[in-house]
Amino acid sequence: MEHLIQYAPYTGWVYPNETVIEWSVAIVVYPYITGLVAGAFTVSSLYQVFGFQRLKPVAHLALLTSLCFMLFVPLPLLLHLGHPERAFNNLLTPHLTSAMAMFGYFATFYIVLLVVETWFAFRPYIVEQAQKRIGLIGSFYRALTLGSYDVSETALRYDRKWIFWLAIAGIPGAHGLHGYVGFVFGSLKSREWWSSDLMPLVFLFSAIISGVALLIVLYVASCKLRRTPIDLACLKGLAYTVWAFIIVAFVLEGLEFANIVYKGREGIEMIMTFVTGPLLFPYFVLQFGIGAIVPLLALSYMIWRGTTGKALVVGVTLSACLVLLSVFMMRWNVVIGGQEISKTGKGLLTYPLQVFGKEGLISSLSLVIAPLVVLLGITRLFPPWEHKAAP
Amino acid sequence: MKREAISALRARRGFLRKIGGAGAAVAVGTAGLMHKVAAKSEPAAAQKSFPTPDYDWTKHRWAFGVDATKCIGCLRCVEACKRENNVPLDAHHFNTWIERYVYLEGEDKARIDSQQDPVNIAASGSEGQYRFANRYQDAKVEKAFFVPKLCNQCEHPPCVQVCPVGATYKAKDGVVLIDAEYCIGCRYCVQACPYGARWFNEEKGVTQKCYWCYHRITKGLQPACVEVCPVGARVFGDRDDRDSPISLFIRNNRVQVLKPETGNAPNVFYVGIDKEVL
Repeated sequence: MEHLIQYAPYTGWVYPNETVIEWSVAIVVYPYITGLVAGAFTVSSLYQVFGFQRLKPVAHLALLTSLCFMLFVPLPLLLHLGHPERAFNNLLTPHLTSAMAMFGYFATFYIVLLVVETWFAFRPYIVEQAQKRIGLIGSFYRALTLGSYDVSETALRYDRKWIFWLAIAGIPGAHGLHGYVGFVFGSLKSREWWSSDLMPLVFLFSAIISGVALLIVLYVASCKLRRTPIDLACLKGLAYTVWAFIIVAFVLEGLEFANIVYKGREGIEMIMTFVTGPLLFPYFVLQFGIGAIVPLLALSYMIWRGTTGKALVVGVTLSACLVLLSVFMMRWNVVIGGQEISKTGKGLLTYPLQVFGKEGLISSLSLVIAPLVVLLGITRLFPPWEHKAAP
Repeated sequence: MKREAISALRARRGFLRKIGGAGAAVAVGTAGLMHKVAAKSEPAAAQKSFPTPDYDWTKHRWAFGVDATKCIGCLRCVEACKRENNVPLDAHHFNTWIERYVYLEGEDKARIDSQQDPVNIAASGSEGQYRFANRYQDAKVEKAFFVPKLCNQCEHPPCVQVCPVGATYKAKDGVVLIDAEYCIGCRYCVQACPYGARWFNEEKGVTQKCYWCYHRITKGLQPACVEVCPVGARVFGDRDDRDSPISLFIRNNRVQVLKPETGNAPNVFYVGIDKEVL
């Protein structure tokens, strides 16, 4: 049985109160799944708003993925709060100087937007099922039609207009939601590792690559599960997207680190000791090396050589898995890494990862897996690949 | 003047008796008191629940002084604060703590330790007792000093800025308070404080920190740590009173604050600290 609190071992000089690391792996998972939401929504928007036709096979899957992950975004926060029953104070009396105060509004707005957009996107399917099915499931679809059975061309054109404008509103919504997560960290002046103007952008672009990468994996997996051929043009489109955004994300993350090193403010010696010591593997090897440079090179090679067929599928999927790992490590290195560098600038702590408990490894991993399980269920009710109408 | 000194002495003696004899009772009592203090958000005098009905927070501007040249590292202040404010008796939660800076011969950087240091915990015998281990007795010490630390009750407190629900706020008299009944326990304030002054009470699910013994100062008493300091290293008072100990301390010394570059403008003023002190 683990203790309620585990104290962090340290070297050098740290403030006594710092020996309790307050933001746990649950707070690593929170920006990770928020990022997946924003990234998946980006893919959906690339098709709905920007007309990337080759992404059509994944457009609705992207929307459902975004919705399923969004439903779980508040959970790590609720698990973390000392008084989760007071969480609504955030909505009732938001303290406007706080970067965290707007979370409730952003999240609520975005969940509503996703639900409405998903409803419009699946309306023809819902109507079709409502008319076809009987029993409980039929009643479910009939309730979801909200009384509207009109699937005429005029009505569908009207739906498309709604989807278009919701997608447009969703772009700043999704990216604002995630950029703001970066601001939560970047705006703090107490930690050199966090205090950066680039932080919101770093979070945003890493979010986009993680969401696109997730869709690559989900799309390939879904095709394998359903024994349907993979649309290579679509996969290539996703590969191009992730490739382009990796470059931006990589440059931004590199710039941020370069800024810290070049400015060399107080505490830089400790940061250098940290990144060349305990953070060497998670930061340089996993986040930058294996997670970013390897997929970037692999994707560049495949694009250059015009790789296609099975090699493309395997290469792109593996690259996507590495990107997912890289972004998780980026969240870890920011949230946990930031707290492992003492505010004194003269000491380092080691985060004691707990396995059990509400903020332990198991519950945090469950929070990453749970949206996928929900997605599996929801694709049974709203198959994102079968219905033909409502592009 | 003399009468004041005697009454202060009496109060101090009474206080010492209290913490010696009935620490637990005091702790329980003050927990209830703290509750009331922390729950207020409007002018104190207007609130029935406030323990000091005639206290007017617009009439004071509290400040704190630390004369590090006087501190002997006896840790009476830490002990008193822990009991007075019901702070968990361990080596990881502190409203106030003492840092020891030691420069050994031939070394450019100070060796720094405090109450959470395993060597000091071993020396005191338990995490609930506080003592500095005599770890440098065989070393050649060039320079050494102690620095008391506590919440700086900043003029521009980053902890108040980041609280998403406004549960922590700056009182009109300058003290940063926490409404324990409104705090959601997100710990953003703990992250935002550059001084490591805030800590999370796992049992209560809320953040806590030093508030200069608000339940005492609003009754005209001194904070517990000031009261028990045997050498007068801690100074407390009202800056609006030109003759208060703190006004004299600030006027008669060249004082400095911690991490001024943050723009937080702390209200704890230090004398006799070194470049290594952060």
